[in-house]
Amino acid sequence: MFEVFSFGSSGWGDEMLMGALMTVLVSASSLLLGILIGIIFAACKLSNIFILKIVANTYTTIIRGIPELLVIYLLFFGGSGAVMYIAKIFGYDGYIELNAFTIGTIAVGAISGAYSTEVIRGAVNSVHKGQFEAGKTLGLNGYGLYGRVIFPQVARIALPGIGNVWQITLKDTALISVTGLVEIMRQSRIAAGSTHEPFIFYTAAIILYLVITRLSNILFDKAENTYSKGFVSKGAL
Amino acid sequence: MRFELMYESFFKIIEGIPLTLQVVSISTVLGLALAIIVALMRISGKKSMSIPAYYFVYLIRGTPLLLQLYFVYYGLGQFSFIRESILWPILKEPYWCGIITLTISTGAYSSEIIRGGILSVSKNFIEASGALGLNKIKTFLLITLPITVRQALPAYGNELILMVKASSLISIITLMEITGIARTIISKTYAPVEIFLVAGSIYLIINFIIVLAVGLAERKLGTVRAN
Repeated sequence: MFEVFSFGSSGWGDEMLMGALMTVLVSASSLLLGILIGIIFAACKLSNIFILKIVANTYTTIIRGIPELLVIYLLFFGGSGAVMYIAKIFGYDGYIELNAFTIGTIAVGAISGAYSTEVIRGAVNSVHKGQFEAGKTLGLNGYGLYGRVIFPQVARIALPGIGNVWQITLKDTALISVTGLVEIMRQSRIAAGSTHEPFIFYTAAIILYLVITRLSNILFDKAENTYSKGFVSKGAL
Repeated sequence: MRFELMYESFFKIIEGIPLTLQVVSISTVLGLALAIIVALMRISGKKSMSIPAYYFVYLIRGTPLLLQLYFVYYGLGQFSFIRESILWPILKEPYWCGIITLTISTGAYSSEIIRGGILSVSKNFIEASGALGLNKIKTFLLITLPITVRQALPAYGNELILMVKASSLISIITLMEITGIARTIISKTYAPVEIFLVAGSIYLIINFIIVLAVGLAERKLGTVRAN
């Protein structure tokens, strides 16, 4: 029964592991893109500029109210067109085609970004006002204030939330298998189709996802401990 | 922007609304029953009950819904004993596979919400109810349950929205609900932005109505001081 998972050209073992690697890669790059988007839109939401607030609120409302699959279809069918349109403005007239990895990262990153926005906004809000005031009193501003005083505190508070976003992002990458990127989901579909053993391959995929989830939980717990050094417990500020 | 196309596709896409709502409501009701059972198993205090419930929730929350859907739709049909069983007329239909998968998924997620709601009921209430001479079943039905419903409602509202979003996945196993129709029109007309706007607005309206309804229910039930 397990010979279908042998390595090399006769089995699917190495292909499935490569699929798992692809899932991790596309999830990680989507998470990073999402955090970047999250920082920008959290700043918009926290700013006093009305237009920026509206833009950020529209973005998070749309992403949280519309199926992920529709967002992926939009970027899969419309992504290359949008990039070519922008390139045209800059005077480039050729044909640009984005590969499945890039489109997947942008699509899942855009979804993940909406969740990260809320996590980061919440974390910044939970930093005590006194920290900003004390920083300014010490003559800090810009990087000194935000980079050295506020960021470490935001990172500590946001980390559990980002851990949750990571789990959501990891599972959302399964959806980009419909665009042809060969990650766990797509690979197990291909293998199931060619061996007529869907049950075994989908079970293998379930196990791979659970292993990735378990390992990343351990990593996030470690990171939380590192960032929480010096804190006795939550709320002991 | 091709407004005429948007106008035409709007009438095509709304034909998918009944299927979306049907699948969501059937699996929500079945899933809620499953969730209550799983939640009660988790807090039963008996290891033989709580451990299977824990791993069930872990398994469902740790894997993508699409994978669960493929597993039910393609994976189970591989075995001849399933194909020959009395369940096969149900399991061969993508419609029922979609409902089964969504039921299991929302059952696992909601069980956590319900468990949190039950645990938030203060011990004082239970003790007071015992002092008034109510038995265990009456305490659960008259004291724990109403407070749990009130406590769990906001989180459950979120779960309902997630269900509407999740139902879009059944389009992948050939069901023509909102996303399925939208996807077909996109491949025919190659107008992803226009169709996205139309289908997306329909989902936003459905979810907005859910948010309003849950908010109304929350106000109707009033607030409960949990401790």
